[in-house]
Amino acid sequence: MAQLTCSGLVLGYEGHIVLSGLDFSVDAGDYLCIVGENGSGKSTLMKTVLGLIKPAGGRITWGEGLRENEIGYLPQQTAVQKDFPATVREIVLSGCQGRAGKRPFYNRAEKELARQNMERMGIASLSRACYRELSGGQQQRVLLARALCATQKLLLMDEPVSGLDPLVTSEMYELISRLNREGVTIIMVSHDIAAAVRYASHILHVGSENFFGTVGEYRESALAKRFLVQEEGDEA
Amino acid sequence: MIDMLATYLNIAFVRYALIVGVLIALCSSLLGVTLVLKRFSFIGDGLSHVAFGAMAIAGVLHLSDDMLFVLPATVVCAVLLLRTGQHTKIKGDAAIAMVSVGALAVGYLLLSLFSTSANLSGDVCTTLFGSMSILTLTRTEVWLCAGLSVAVVILFILFYNRIFAVTFDEDFARACGTRAEAYNLLIAVVIAVIIVLAMNLVGSLLISALIIFPAMSAMRLFRSFRGVTVCSAALSVTCALLGILISILWSTPVGSTIVAVDIAAFLIFCLIARIRGGITK
Repeated sequence: MAQLTCSGLVLGYEGHIVLSGLDFSVDAGDYLCIVGENGSGKSTLMKTVLGLIKPAGGRITWGEGLRENEIGYLPQQTAVQKDFPATVREIVLSGCQGRAGKRPFYNRAEKELARQNMERMGIASLSRACYRELSGGQQQRVLLARALCATQKLLLMDEPVSGLDPLVTSEMYELISRLNREGVTIIMVSHDIAAAVRYASHILHVGSENFFGTVGEYRESALAKRFLVQEEGDEA
Repeated sequence: MIDMLATYLNIAFVRYALIVGVLIALCSSLLGVTLVLKRFSFIGDGLSHVAFGAMAIAGVLHLSDDMLFVLPATVVCAVLLLRTGQHTKIKGDAAIAMVSVGALAVGYLLLSLFSTSANLSGDVCTTLFGSMSILTLTRTEVWLCAGLSVAVVILFILFYNRIFAVTFDEDFARACGTRAEAYNLLIAVVIAVIIVLAMNLVGSLLISALIIFPAMSAMRLFRSFRGVTVCSAALSVTCALLGILISILWSTPVGSTIVAVDIAAFLIFCLIARIRGGITK
């Protein structure tokens, strides 16, 4: 059974429909990239899946014992965070919020989990460093470690490489692929179609026409031919 | 001078003033960090003007205990202001500016139309800039203030981790199942309570200083959220104590003296940060 199934999903807020007729499902261990033009509703889709926005229609079903607060989320950075006085450890630990539930303070197991995830992301040595003094790539690793504290099963990412330089971008993609090989399901919103086709297992293309299928099927589709050619044209 | 201070400290109302001043400074600095980081620095200013307007209305209506009207009115406005999220027609800063100036104007208008007091400008000046009213507190008021302050501190400690999560990243917190709206509401209510309490101390024009300055000073030097919070609380209490003592010894206005000490502390912290930065870089 699939971890996440969306059927006939309609997205929008305040009576304004952004996307409609979305059908897709994600199995454990999948790596799904959601691509589409700017303003096509990718981020709205992500927020709807997370439950931050109510869907205007259709259904979202979680499977395989996945509770709603067992989703790890890597949001786009906000202006507030850029100069936030907090240490790496404080931020990673805040990922344990869902586990702690009504308990006001974190227990030993949660602190240990935070330490492990910092090690996993290679930022253990930075645990007392201030978040605002880190590089863009390091900040993304901190937020990834935080998301991993919330879940071991499913990560949702909103443009995880935006604003990173090319070298750090490919490091980030490798890191995400490694997590995927370790068994974490990945759902990622991206405008980088070339990288999506290279790393993902499934593609969801949203916009005026929707497409959902494996990367192989996507490469064969008329939609992808148009977009991939355009991308290569841009790079040339 | 120390003799003089000792004589003053023997007087009950001076001790009351010190207790209340320190408690208010502590509470306002705790929430100040969150408000500054959430870009809500001006909410204190806006709400204090609302409290001023509400006080004017209470005066016109000849309510025996104006607290009963001022507190709920301010809480309602705080909730409305903090709710102005991304999807509202009037953006956060504009909403605060409108409410703030509007309440100030309507409050003064009402006072001048209906006031029975002989010394209207004196009354207004007292409400805006604080007064010696902190030296005329009754025992009940001190207990009320102490009770509310203790409640604020306990709430803050219990919800510290969640307040951090909601301040740093509201979307992530909500995705984890934290009820961010509830915490925003809690923050709004608590800040309104603090402002109404603080009006006695520094008056409604200077409240923002109590909320913003300690947090900004602490953020110059400390890198962790906990460090900033603790330093801001300690600094705020120290400045309030110093300010009140200075104002008693040299009979300067209490509110503006405390704020002046806060400004001095901020400048010193900036200087230390500059020197430290010069060494480490």
